[in-house]
Amino acid sequence: MSVTVLLFASYADALGAPSVSLDLPPESTVADVLAALGRRPGGDRIPASPLVAVNQRYAAITASVNAGDEVAVIPPVAGG
Amino acid sequence: MTPSGRLVREPIDVAALVSEVARAAHGAILLFLGVVRDVNDGRGVTGIEYSAYEAMAATELQAIAAEAAERFGSRDVTIVHRLGELSLEDASVGIAVAHAHRDEAYALSRWTIEELKRRVPIWKREHYVDGTREWVDPSGRSAAKVSS
Repeated sequence: MSVTVLLFASYADALGAPSVSLDLPPESTVADVLAALGRRPGGDRIPASPLVAVNQRYAAITASVNAGDEVAVIPPVAGG
Repeated sequence: MTPSGRLVREPIDVAALVSEVARAAHGAILLFLGVVRDVNDGRGVTGIEYSAYEAMAATELQAIAAEAAERFGSRDVTIVHRLGELSLEDASVGIAVAHAHRDEAYALSRWTIEELKRRVPIWKREHYVDGTREWVDPSGRSAAKVSS
């Protein structure tokens, strides 16, 4: 299945794009998304356990990811 | 008013924020402004660019306002965060709260800014006097801007 991953700020700079499309097996998890992202050029600049949101809610590393989900990898937040 | 948290791109209208939470039932109104300052971690700063995961940030700001209202017992909580290019002395965040009593108003205001800084997906890139730009990581090298 194809999953689009949104990237922001320093992570978007690391991968050179605001989003990437990943081809993942069915029944994948957030951990699988991060592993696939880490194999992309520049993916080594994303830390091992970043914050991740699935469908705009923070998600655990074990959370499942399904086709059509909106997955976002979130750099350390710096609002205020 | 009902609790409100939102993103804006225009300058924050401070007077409008205050009037949004004012009611005759309240004896205390507090306004917190986070403002762009000219130095961070020893480096001269000329401005800050704010960006966000906008859909989620708007949801989180609204959720924090609602949670603050529930937790401290006043529905008059307004949070506004500005995005885009900000100059020195511009307000990046405004939090107006009102409560019958000042103790609760202070606690409400403080809880709200800390919660915003903890969980709302907003990022800032500082522009320095030497022409360089860097994303700020509050968990690492650079300290957070708001000196609350």
